[in-house]
Amino acid sequence: MATMKVNELSKDDLIWQIEYNSDRCTMCGQCVAACPFSAIEARVEKRRKVVSTGPTPTPKLKFETVPVIKQVVNKVNFCRGCGICKLVCPNDAIKPVRNPDERFAMKIRSNTGDSVTRGGRSNLNSDNRTFDKIIVGRISQMTDPSLDAQRHTFDMLAPFGRVLPPERLPLEVRDGKLEVASQTPPVRWIYPVIIGDMSIGALSCRMWEALAIATAYLNEQAGIPIRMCSGEGGMPLRLLRSRYLKYMILQIASGHFGWNRIINTMPEMMEDPAGVLIKIGQGAKPGDGGLLQAKKVAKHIQEIRGVPKADLLSPPNHQGLYSIEESVQKMFLSLNAAFRFKVPVAIKVSASATSVSVYNNLLRDPYNIVGGFFLDGLFGGTGAAHEISLNHTGHPIISKLRDCYHAAVHQGKQGQIPLWGGGGLGMTGNLAADATKMICLGANGVFTGKLMLQLAGCVGNEKAKCNACNTGLCPVGICTQNPVLTQRLDVDKVAENVVNYFLAVDKEIKKLMAPIGNSSLPVGRSDALVTTDKAVAEKLQIQYGC
Amino acid sequence: MCRIGAIKSKKYIHPSQALYLMRSQQKGHDNSGFAMVMQDLGGIFKDYKDLPILSMACTEEGMNIVDNILSSEGFTRVMHWTPETNPSPNLIIETMPLYVFLVLQYPKSYKYATQEEKEDLLVNTRLKIRKALEKEDKGYVYSFWPDVLTLKEIGDPKDIGTYFGLWKENSEFTAKVITAQCRQNTNYDIVRYAAHPFFLQGYTTLANGENTFYEKNKLFQQSLYKGYVGFESDSQCFLYTLHYLNKILKWPLTYYKHTITPLPYDDIMKREDKAVLLKIKESLAHLEINGPNTIIGAMPDGTLFTVCDSKKLRPVVIGKTDETVVITSEVCGLNEILPERNWQDDIYPHERETVIINNDLRVEQWQQ
Ligand code: SF4
Ligand code: SF4
Repeated sequence: MATMKVNELSKDDLIWQIEYNSDRCTMCGQCVAACPFSAIEARVEKRRKVVSTGPTPTPKLKFETVPVIKQVVNKVNFCRGCGICKLVCPNDAIKPVRNPDERFAMKIRSNTGDSVTRGGRSNLNSDNRTFDKIIVGRISQMTDPSLDAQRHTFDMLAPFGRVLPPERLPLEVRDGKLEVASQTPPVRWIYPVIIGDMSIGALSCRMWEALAIATAYLNEQAGIPIRMCSGEGGMPLRLLRSRYLKYMILQIASGHFGWNRIINTMPEMMEDPAGVLIKIGQGAKPGDGGLLQAKKVAKHIQEIRGVPKADLLSPPNHQGLYSIEESVQKMFLSLNAAFRFKVPVAIKVSASATSVSVYNNLLRDPYNIVGGFFLDGLFGGTGAAHEISLNHTGHPIISKLRDCYHAAVHQGKQGQIPLWGGGGLGMTGNLAADATKMICLGANGVFTGKLMLQLAGCVGNEKAKCNACNTGLCPVGICTQNPVLTQRLDVDKVAENVVNYFLAVDKEIKKLMAPIGNSSLPVGRSDALVTTDKAVAEKLQIQYGC
Repeated sequence: MCRIGAIKSKKYIHPSQALYLMRSQQKGHDNSGFAMVMQDLGGIFKDYKDLPILSMACTEEGMNIVDNILSSEGFTRVMHWTPETNPSPNLIIETMPLYVFLVLQYPKSYKYATQEEKEDLLVNTRLKIRKALEKEDKGYVYSFWPDVLTLKEIGDPKDIGTYFGLWKENSEFTAKVITAQCRQNTNYDIVRYAAHPFFLQGYTTLANGENTFYEKNKLFQQSLYKGYVGFESDSQCFLYTLHYLNKILKWPLTYYKHTITPLPYDDIMKREDKAVLLKIKESLAHLEINGPNTIIGAMPDGTLFTVCDSKKLRPVVIGKTDETVVITSEVCGLNEILPERNWQDDIYPHERETVIINNDLRVEQWQQ
């Protein structure tokens, strides 16, 4: 009898187990070829059969060796449940099945002495979304007419840039008319959803390109002035020099990757970028820096970022920034100055218990240079993070966004540093609903990232499906630089999906604005919301209904 | 729904005109009250143009409280007018014990005060009175301003007219501008303060509609100026925005429409004055209104105007003779009090228009 190896990693420990039906399998090998994680392999198994061929029972033993597909069980080549094998199997012979009794993360820790890393977003309590406890409940019924989402016109734009308080506007009356007497901070009116901010590097070039194509198409053909944020790490020179730059928000994060090339290209830019976003933190892994593993630093990434092939670490902090005041002066001033005070510069932080203090300080910004406050919540996605950060750090976005709005109201400065919120928006597929609720609670706009990947075919979810973005082996070619895998992604189709999705979002936001009788964005119109949860009602100061 | 009306005339007119104007439109309102603001007063108030008039309704105790405040501030009484009332058990009206219209002399210490200092004193004193009356639930103060008088009451407008003897025209109680409305804010508890017209420092507004951006207007206005209080009605926001733009920011009236119903971005970008309009859209985003609304306003200099929401979801019409201009919700109101006018000259403003009636009754139509 073989020795039982109870302390080894076993199939029973895995989150995903392969269910394989050898009767249906023709051994075409497609699944094995398609699985990027080498989590299945072709093997042979011995079969013992008792057969009787004569008219009376004459049992005979027969041994056969049959080829089969077997799951690999080790700490590297474990099945991610991505379902690609199932997708490619012509005979429905194989599929991953969730193992409710898994002990994988525990085993990996005890086995490696290392923390677990992965991509995706928090996998804890993702079913219990506050968004879904809120409904748009103040419907115009006789008090005032609902609008018609198809027939009426809607003005659905949000400011990106520093908005001056009315009494500080340099407006002078001349001949009964107001005139702007001196330069004011740049403000751009853009669609209230920003696609962001995922770097070329975290994403495959093809995925990033698809998003950029969709952005340009939405702007130039669909009349939806959406902006896309580059993520840290710059962007292709061709784009920097093109007129499409005006749709792109350049991100600067603590690693400053890609900025050398951006600065050098400035004289050749024919358009100003849509904005600059200083990334301080990320909702998915607050307080953690960025990490692009060497295996994803392909040649073109080295070029764009201006780095050798190595693990690229962005530190958790911007070196040299020690306080809010200082960051305002140093970062904001230098970036504003770099673009001659003509490009709005905003900041992105992870939602945290301290967000209100930060926002309060920024609101007092004496230089009028803070062009937006991006608050990224707990359920934001990421390409690579320690699972402990993903699951156990961060702050839900809704209440923090609301707190920040209230802080601005308290100072009488609402709208002056536009509030943008993100982190898990559209997680259940409906971005329009989540966005409208955020706007009613005080956001000027929202940003979305992970959802874009899902539109592109990402098979991952918040229940430990795939989440292998950190491996460089993304099975659908979204966040990998592997040339074979990236070919799986159909750039045009992805762009088309993204465009179509936003056409739907645009219609659906109107379908929420029309019944509350609003033709422009209901920023701060929390009286339009009702919640079925008392604690939510109390915290967000909205109506309770049951 | 409300019905609203404003009359501006070259000669002094009696409030009965306002009652007739509104009565003909009574199908559109619910007869739950009557409120009016009279500006540029004639009759018994004609000789006190520069002196502030306190308009309020209160109890005896309330009067004492107010007297104490006024005297501690240094105001002295010049004239006290109480309308003669005709109580009858058949009248549908919720009366207050006293209706007070007090003409006051500024405190001696204000002899050399600037206009601004005096105006500030009037607002501060009214707010003080309001707070004191509110605390003890002893009455309501509606306006405290030179040459302006406000009356508001709950009940059937016809009966309110009878109670105050307003149906019978006389030359004692007249004004050149009268704005009126016949409905309490019945969406919520009936509160006297919630009845339009609303008045602040020479500015009057009344509205027919529902301001669905009430909450965001209110939260923003609260921190703009001490006089922006109450918010018993979503329509008060229209007044405060008007006051803020014209009085505090000192912007011409043209920009009121640009603030409350800013043009869509694409339209702004086609205009020469886009730089200014964009700044307004940015900085005053929280003063934008939404929902169906018609607003009528009166300015401190006597200019009358009307504007609608950006989709024109509520009606308004302007009719005119050589002597009188009337702005009101429905044409039947005009037919009632200006039957002799040429109805073909009536103006039905559209959603991007501001119609202005200046002091020589010239009508201007400004396109946004
Ligand atoms: S589900 Fe994905 S990871 Fe698992 S075996 Fe199939 S292809 Fe490989
Ligand atoms: S499909 Fe790609 S992007 Fe989606 S979770 Fe898997 S590895 Fe990440």
